[in-house]
Amino acid sequence: MRGGPRLLFIHAFLAAWAIVMVFPFVWMLSTSVKPATEIIQFPPPLLPHVPTFANYVRAFQAAPFGRFLVNSLIVTFVSTMVVLVTSSMAGYVFGKYRFPGRTVIFLILLATAILPLETYMVPLYLTMRDWRWINTYQGLLAPYLMMSFGVFIMRQYFQSTFPDDLMDAARIDGASEWRIFTHVAVPTALSAMAAVGIFAAIQAWTAFIWPLIIASTQNMYTTEVGLAVFQKRYTADYGAITAGAIVSILPVTAIFLFFRRYITQGIAFTGFR
Amino acid sequence: MRVSRALMARYAFCYLMLAIPTALFVVFRIIPIARTLQLSTLNWDLISPAKPFVGLGNFRELLLDPNFQLALSNTTIFAAVTVTASVVLALLVALPLARGVRLEGLYQLLYFLPFVAPTVPEAVAWKWICDTRYGVLNYLLSLVGLGPVSWLTEPRATLWAVIIMSVWKTLGYNMILFIVGLRAIPAEYTEAALIDGAAGWRHFRSITLPLLMPTVLLITVISTIAAYNVFTQVYVLASDIQGSPAGLVRVLIYDIFENAFRFYRMGYASAEATVFFVIVLGLTLIQFRVLRSQTE
Repeated sequence: MRGGPRLLFIHAFLAAWAIVMVFPFVWMLSTSVKPATEIIQFPPPLLPHVPTFANYVRAFQAAPFGRFLVNSLIVTFVSTMVVLVTSSMAGYVFGKYRFPGRTVIFLILLATAILPLETYMVPLYLTMRDWRWINTYQGLLAPYLMMSFGVFIMRQYFQSTFPDDLMDAARIDGASEWRIFTHVAVPTALSAMAAVGIFAAIQAWTAFIWPLIIASTQNMYTTEVGLAVFQKRYTADYGAITAGAIVSILPVTAIFLFFRRYITQGIAFTGFR
Repeated sequence: MRVSRALMARYAFCYLMLAIPTALFVVFRIIPIARTLQLSTLNWDLISPAKPFVGLGNFRELLLDPNFQLALSNTTIFAAVTVTASVVLALLVALPLARGVRLEGLYQLLYFLPFVAPTVPEAVAWKWICDTRYGVLNYLLSLVGLGPVSWLTEPRATLWAVIIMSVWKTLGYNMILFIVGLRAIPAEYTEAALIDGAAGWRHFRSITLPLLMPTVLLITVISTIAAYNVFTQVYVLASDIQGSPAGLVRVLIYDIFENAFRFYRMGYASAEATVFFVIVLGLTLIQFRVLRSQTE
């Protein structure tokens, strides 16, 4: 019923958009291996004639990108682990038990999710200051230890997919509630936890305004903050700046390519951002 | 008696399980939210021991503050243009993708990549693309006889540069939500329409779009909340921090950031954050109404 030309038009349209969407990444990659003379060549060449890694060397000499990456890795790893623990504990209880105050506590945890960090970052910063958590890993981590979206996903999973029969069977075998949680419930929830973990990891890695205000010396910068500060300081050396950008974009993009199914499903599921 | 003891033990388990997550939420989120409201009524420079209570004074000052007015209008223009463009374009690409075309998975991947990748390196890439002298954008414009535009030094143009990058970044996210919404439309509607001979634009206008309207509204509200939250790409592309020569696009979060962490006006910044809080709350109420009408 649908003609060939129409299908061709659709494909041309989709392909053209795909090029627009990918171009900045390609351009970034290409610029990062261009020698200085080609960077300021006009009209700009798409690919370098003489590829070079000199930009990367200069970037790492000018700023401790290795340290930035380690900081980002530490913050991302700890945040993801703690979010997984807190989300599955809370989600399990909300999904599987009835107890006084359940709805109220659940609503309180979820309702605050609508407010972005930016609405309460000033008092949170003041708390960090009182606790002497400024410029520490604890300080960087503080708002990223729990995630309403994670609690919600885990509750949905346990409520709709994890059968009560398994819990009753374990109880008859004399297992404690805690043991049922750790040995029966959690092992079945790994794919839901993978989805939560990926979101937590992306959120922690891409965090910007919070590490920007908490990290006050260069050795505590995350990759995002380090790159943002670096690119303001070295505006003239675009090769080195772009090399730094590639270094900071690769890890999270790799995670995404590897786990993208969980991400798109998670978004489709909740409309989370 | 036995039953009730078992029940008590189970309640105790529940509360113990919730203790740590709830404590984290209370300390790092709920108390700071409450303190934002409280701080907004004080005048405090972070150092002096005195924190005089000024009531609504901060808010009154905000109303007359040209920086705040500029931030509010810039953010609103940014949100309106970005959200409209991103929603329309996302729908355009979602329509064929939801129906299923060849290479569908690859297209989705490529469209979605900018949303999930970190914003700072992306903004760095766009900064170079938007460069007045050596940038690709001006090169492309010169091919059709336009420009050169001073994308990053002329405030109006800088706002457009931030908008273009943000549309690029958010399109993929909206596309995913549209694909879900489109696939949820029952197949009978499409079949009935085909029998009636409605196809193409007429089919879209009279059948798909009305059925998709709740999704459109929902995506619009979610995107608007996110757009009011814009900061990172502005910081990289359009801020004057550390003496960089870039043009400045003052947006709401940038203004809060500057008042709090550059001028140490904690009470004033909190009042501004409270205004932001009210905007988000208002948009969320609209979102809930949309969601409710969707389930009814």
